[in-house]
Amino acid sequence: MSLTLLYALTGAALFLLGLRATLLRTELLARVVALNVSGAGVFLMLVAIAYREAGQPVDPIPQALVLTGLVVAVSATALALALHRQLRERSDD
Amino acid sequence: MNGVFTWLPDLLLVTMLIGLGWATVSSTDLKRAVALFIAFGLLLSVAWARLRAPDLALAEAALGAGLSGALLLAALRDEPSAGDIRKDLPFWQRSLVDLLTVALALPLAWVLWSVLSEPAPSPLAERALSALDRSGVSNPVTAVLLNYRAYDTLLELVVVLAAVLGVVSLGRERPGYRQAGPVLSSLVRWLVPLLILAAGYLLWVGAHAPGGAFQAGATLAAASVMLRLSGADRAGLPVGLALRASLSAGVGLFLLVGLGLMGAGQGFLHYPPAWSGGLILLIESAATLAIAAALGLAYLGGRPAGWEAGDPDPSHKERRP
Amino acid sequence: MAEPLALLLIFIGLGFYLAGAVGLLRFPDLHTRLHALTKADNLGLGLLVLGVALLHGSLLIALKLLLVWLLVLAGSAASAHLIAQHALRRSDEP
Repeated sequence: MSLTLLYALTGAALFLLGLRATLLRTELLARVVALNVSGAGVFLMLVAIAYREAGQPVDPIPQALVLTGLVVAVSATALALALHRQLRERSDD
Repeated sequence: MNGVFTWLPDLLLVTMLIGLGWATVSSTDLKRAVALFIAFGLLLSVAWARLRAPDLALAEAALGAGLSGALLLAALRDEPSAGDIRKDLPFWQRSLVDLLTVALALPLAWVLWSVLSEPAPSPLAERALSALDRSGVSNPVTAVLLNYRAYDTLLELVVVLAAVLGVVSLGRERPGYRQAGPVLSSLVRWLVPLLILAAGYLLWVGAHAPGGAFQAGATLAAASVMLRLSGADRAGLPVGLALRASLSAGVGLFLLVGLGLMGAGQGFLHYPPAWSGGLILLIESAATLAIAAALGLAYLGGRPAGWEAGDPDPSHKERRP
Repeated sequence: MAEPLALLLIFIGLGFYLAGAVGLLRFPDLHTRLHALTKADNLGLGLLVLGVALLHGSLLIALKLLLVWLLVLAGSAASAHLIAQHALRRSDEP
């Protein structure tokens, strides 16, 4: 089993763990966290595919994709939390 | 015997990642879940370093663990009773989700096993690496982000801007924090200049070593968060028009360069090889500013005072400890 | 020559981390746990940094690692102080 396969399977496991928790939990904060864990699983799969053994240059394209994805995930988290705050404040009225 | 020992660190890392991930999503106490999530992010950063992705390791530590964690903690502060209410879904819904998970897991594992057991050559990667000397930088990830796939990075900056505009249009910022005591203020006084220096270094070094605009922007955003936490309500962000200009600088400069090149007959974002290094650095500098302003503003959680001309005095804002 | 010494330093550093983790799990209250964590972890990091610097053998890398250690020291001292202060304040309030 290569390193790529090991980390790709780990990424798949994290993806499924996060997905299951996103669907099962009811509080929004827990869902946001679970979604982030799921995203981390996807990133792991991508970077595992990009991995090469020492000596060969690493494939830079999936790594760039994941870097973009990371920034987008943080932005989406920020927006989700702002929406959540507004929802709570308006439902309290 | 030797074979087992070379696998041990990776098996350990993988087990810890899955264990932490499981603990994070299954924790009923939200504060604990967020703390575990931050630890998970840092461990993931180690995994990126292991998988020879140092740019990602830097970005994950700053953004995935640091800034995401800070955003979640700020959201937790708003609802102190979080985690007390816990409704479970009905049994049939839970079983359905479990069934879905298992139904996804088996084909996924089978696909990964059959596809990834042997390393496959990637002609795209070879082309990307062989064109590196013409790209203007020597860091392959920066070349992909700012040259080969510059259009994608432009759209990514648009996404960041759109998210921040969403946050800003939803409401006013969160309440500020009280003035920090001597310990925190002296720490901040030392850290913020150091973070600014580190950000400048990361921006510069991204051309030939791990680093770049996103890591630098995240470092500056971390400085902004620290300022905010120590009671500086402005959080180091500019005010009014200067803030809007900083936010739009990333997308704006990118578009300017692209359209300018198009007007000069080169094609949208087709850098002339002699100029690519300089153009990339220019775009990255504007992107750093934009990302720092956007993420700092996202941490504020809404419109700061002074966002619109004629905004009321911020002194009426409530403060919570 | 330097490598076995470096590995020894790294392992002793890891031992300190383990001690800190055990302290976190076994100590009865917040303040004792903070004490165990900050003291043991920072010393462990110092030894780790020393070992890694020896492995690389470059002065520049050693200086960067030293800076990392100093920053972690400052950060953990400040956050331990803040956590303890907050806990004290909260226990004073009804």
